[in-house]
Amino acid sequence: MKKIGNQTYVLSKPVNILSTACIVGPKEKDGPLNAYFDQCLEDEFWGENSWEKAESKIIKETVNMAIAKSKIASSAIDFCFAGDLLNQCISSSFGLRESNLPFFGIFGACSTFGEALTLGSMTIDGDFATNVVCAASSHFCSAEKQFRFPLELGNQRTPSSQWTVTGSGSAVLSKDGEGPYITALTPGKIVDMGIKDANNMGAAMAGAAQDTLLCHFKDTGRKPSYYDAIFTGDLGHIGKDILIDLMDSKGYNIRANYNDCGVLIFDKDAQDTHAGGSGCGCSASVFSGYISHMFKEGKYKKILLMPTGALMNSTTSQQGESIPGIAHAVSIEAQFPTDLQA
Amino acid sequence: MPFGQIIFEICKTRGIDETISYTIVSIILIFISAFLTALNLFNKIGKFAGAGSLIPITGFANSIVSPAMEYKSEGYVMGVGAKMFTVAGPVLVYGISSSIIVGIIYLIFNTQSITLI
Repeated sequence: MKKIGNQTYVLSKPVNILSTACIVGPKEKDGPLNAYFDQCLEDEFWGENSWEKAESKIIKETVNMAIAKSKIASSAIDFCFAGDLLNQCISSSFGLRESNLPFFGIFGACSTFGEALTLGSMTIDGDFATNVVCAASSHFCSAEKQFRFPLELGNQRTPSSQWTVTGSGSAVLSKDGEGPYITALTPGKIVDMGIKDANNMGAAMAGAAQDTLLCHFKDTGRKPSYYDAIFTGDLGHIGKDILIDLMDSKGYNIRANYNDCGVLIFDKDAQDTHAGGSGCGCSASVFSGYISHMFKEGKYKKILLMPTGALMNSTTSQQGESIPGIAHAVSIEAQFPTDLQA
Repeated sequence: MPFGQIIFEICKTRGIDETISYTIVSIILIFISAFLTALNLFNKIGKFAGAGSLIPITGFANSIVSPAMEYKSEGYVMGVGAKMFTVAGPVLVYGISSSIIVGIIYLIFNTQSITLI
């Protein structure tokens, strides 16, 4: 691995994405990406008696599915990097307590999947592991309970609010395989735009997304057109427009190939999701389902995945703190690139 | 005609005293909103009707029942009991506090024989 520029790392050996898996909830099933998910649940409990248990089951089954698809024994997995939104990352640690894998619980809010892929590929590139599994999950009901109001409360959602995705995505990374490869990483810095409205996460995270994206382009010398597609995690409709404008102001036009997982996963008008999807499960399931599928079909050869996170909790919001954002960029390509030398 | 008024008129035509009729209206409205909350219908009505569904007493019942349902998984003491007032609590605290303040002001004016209205 070699550092280029300020904060981009080029992997010296190809880190393969051996397999991906995703399980999502009923609302996601009704969304436009329905066909790409491995499994869609009929209800939000999935036979459990609490939403927290349901979320744990979702991440557990998703990780099991990804390992099964990779066709390597789970005893050959060296590490598991996983995280979620609930306090103390309980969905991941409770869901994976029987997995019998060395476990790192990580938190990057909704950017967790990007953080997991980054740490996983660094671990493999550094010869500390041969196979690693990465996962992230979120659940609409458990997130609403922890961050907002009870579901049954007859309140109005603001137009800028986003809908937490119920679902999980998981990827098995390995030293061996035939791609797609994780080729470069640009871990993000914490960027605070001074937004204090917890119902406007897209605006709060757009600055961090811009910072990481600019760094990635400057460090690698790549232009937005290098990629077939650039995906942010969950900026939603509002954050997506802000990022396009912010990048325009720095001289980068990303309109042609940029989209946001939170925009893709729901039909805003038909599903009443306001500004779009959010949550760890948003970028994780869209990547593991839709984007991976596009790679398999050969429609994508080079993409930049940049999950975004709002690093706050309900206490900081109530104390009037602004919302710091973060975004981790992971470059994923069907071939190992020639423009970057590690 | 508002729903509450309909109940009130029914009570009146049945010869029930006006003060008791008001109480009956409140009890029926509270029951209906709590019941609809339990059926997971009130949030859908709230989405459509907004403040029309919430003011004054139906929203209050909904704000008590909804956290009670949500936190049932944490048990009846620390879950239902402790969290029941997370939404309605502030309304109770400041509603009762302000009524006390207004009451004191009224008392002062009244003892000084100042007519407010």
